[in-house]
Amino acid sequence: MSLTLETNLEDPDAIYEKLIAMLESHEPEKALRASARLVLLLINHIGDRKVIDEAIERAALLTEA
Amino acid sequence: MNVETGKAAWRETIPVWRAFEPSPKPETEFEQARVVIVGTGPVGLAMAIDLGQRGHEVIVLGRFDFVPAGSKAICFSKRSLDILDRLGCGEQAVEKGVSWNIGKVFWKDRSDPVYKFDLLPVKNQKMPGFINIQQYHMEDILLDRLKQLPNVQIRWGHEVTALDTSEESAIMSVDCADGAYRIETEWLIACDGNKSSVRDLMGLDFEGRIFEDNFLIADVKMKEDRPSERWFWFDPPFNPGQSVLLHKQPDDVWRIDFQLGWNIDREACIKPENVNPLVRAMLGDDVEFEEEWYSVYTFQCRRMQHFWHGRVIFAGDSAHLVSPFGARGCNGGFADIDNLGWKLDLVLEGKAPFDILESYDSEAIVTADENILNSTRSTDFLTPKSDISRAFRDAVLDLAEDHPFARALVNSGRLSTAISYPDSSLSTADADVWSGGIAPGSPALDAPLDNGWLLEKLGGRFVLLTTTPFADLPSGLDVLDIAQEPANGLLRERYDLQGGGAYLIRPDQYVAARFRQPTGAAIADALARAMGEQA
Ligand SMILES: Cc1cc2nc3c(=O)[nH]c(=O)nc-3n(C[C@H](O)[C@H](O)[C@H](O)COP(=O)(O)OP(=O)(O)OC[C@H]3O[C@@H](n4cnc5c(N)ncnc54)[C@H](O)[C@@H]3O)c2cc1C
Repeated sequence: MSLTLETNLEDPDAIYEKLIAMLESHEPEKALRASARLVLLLINHIGDRKVIDEAIERAALLTEA
Repeated sequence: MNVETGKAAWRETIPVWRAFEPSPKPETEFEQARVVIVGTGPVGLAMAIDLGQRGHEVIVLGRFDFVPAGSKAICFSKRSLDILDRLGCGEQAVEKGVSWNIGKVFWKDRSDPVYKFDLLPVKNQKMPGFINIQQYHMEDILLDRLKQLPNVQIRWGHEVTALDTSEESAIMSVDCADGAYRIETEWLIACDGNKSSVRDLMGLDFEGRIFEDNFLIADVKMKEDRPSERWFWFDPPFNPGQSVLLHKQPDDVWRIDFQLGWNIDREACIKPENVNPLVRAMLGDDVEFEEEWYSVYTFQCRRMQHFWHGRVIFAGDSAHLVSPFGARGCNGGFADIDNLGWKLDLVLEGKAPFDILESYDSEAIVTADENILNSTRSTDFLTPKSDISRAFRDAVLDLAEDHPFARALVNSGRLSTAISYPDSSLSTADADVWSGGIAPGSPALDAPLDNGWLLEKLGGRFVLLTTTPFADLPSGLDVLDIAQEPANGLLRERYDLQGGGAYLIRPDQYVAARFRQPTGAAIADALARAMGEQA
């Protein structure tokens, strides 16, 4: 399997809204930790080393934009 | 060393556990030797036993004339105990040490661990997963064993001060209280520690990372009824924002290791008036304790690019350094000498080409790299270098209590285990299909037999472990016939030998090759390869 790049979400706006609301419910420095928890939960759920590696590499590439 | 003041100067700065008479200067000014080991630390002493019990004349030079009292290493792994057992002193170490298998990790003031591990997942082996023992006790045990080997000569208070190497030999200048002399040796093994003079005298590299953190060792004496387990705390109330590690040692000594952070006054922080309140806060008001040894350390992860340099071979801290979390320092050094001993023996006996030492270089570097990798990862988890790294570290701990997956990410030190050499040039790749068992390049796993243990029977020579005896074996190869061992069920299971077969095992108890249908020719071939005789 490789990393899914096409839309895989049924209601993207609602999910995005929920994500931001969760992060904004924390003080800024705690929000960092909350997003770290989220990343870790999702990474473990995905489990597939190849997919995770690819996601990490893609995220790194895009930071320069 | 300044010959007039040297001895006194060492003893002023380094606490002494056991003092020796300084050894006299040898009669000749220019001595000839086959093997000289530099360093009387645990690695040099273990190296001396290995070569000594193989019958070689060995000189060991140590600049101190004493065993130091401050214990650096305390945790010794099962693999080290297996090696020590082969060297004839494993049982003594277990008897003196505190055996343990379980580690627990705590967070903040919570009384239940967020993570727990067992270092001996496969039971029914002679040795426990770990023992704790003060380094000076370990050195005493090695020295006791050396008393039985008159062919090993230890020279206390003899320091190497200059070195000249050629293709044929190494010539060193040595200083002792009676003056200076020189030794020319065929082989020099540098076990002279982290600040290796041999390495410096040869102008060799020692590259790596230095970590910006300080840890305080408080070894205290107290009567406490806690289990012998490794207890580790992240951010406990008695050292907020930092970590603490607790280990039980023999003689009612406990090691408490406090993380201190970077900007500290190193002299002040080991003063009893500063250490005692920290210990007190941890143990509570009603526990009585006294100071055994307080010291502060920082750490580095680095290694030499190569450990084999012609007539000079490096082993232990002189070749590689790791952070202590994971107890991979001295355990890594014991792995070196275990790997080197039999190879140098074959070279000294003219039974193997010099090139077999190339496999020491590559295998010991595999070990060092795995140790450095693991201790670097642990250190990054313990002392996060950035806000984002700390946020993730704390996120792991947040999750660990209720989410089993996160416990696997909690890294308070991955403790030293035996390391495999999957790409060793000495191994013969599997030609048959195996389900489990021990792959070539991996250490033999112990198993109980009717009267003893498998590893005891393997000893320190090449052995063919086989389910059926056969005639046309290469000469000099010892056979361990499993059919002759009544209680061999676990052995067959652990080696996937229920259907029969044979394992060729190296003198350091690593698997060199295995065969479902062994033939004399295939075994001879694998043996030749394991002895360094390939094209
Ligand atoms: C705080 C701390 C905790 C540790 N805990 C553990 C642990 O739990 N488990 C573990 O496995 N490891 C641990 N280690 C690491 C362990 O202490 C070292 O890996 C081990 O001491 C290395 O042994 P060595 O023989 O290579 O070197 P050393 O013990 O440093 O010995 C070197 C010897 O060489 C001699 N020497 C040096 N120069 C010369 C010269 N020019 N001529 C003659 N002699 C010379 C010295 O006098 C000394 O005797 C710890 C280290 C620290 C700092």
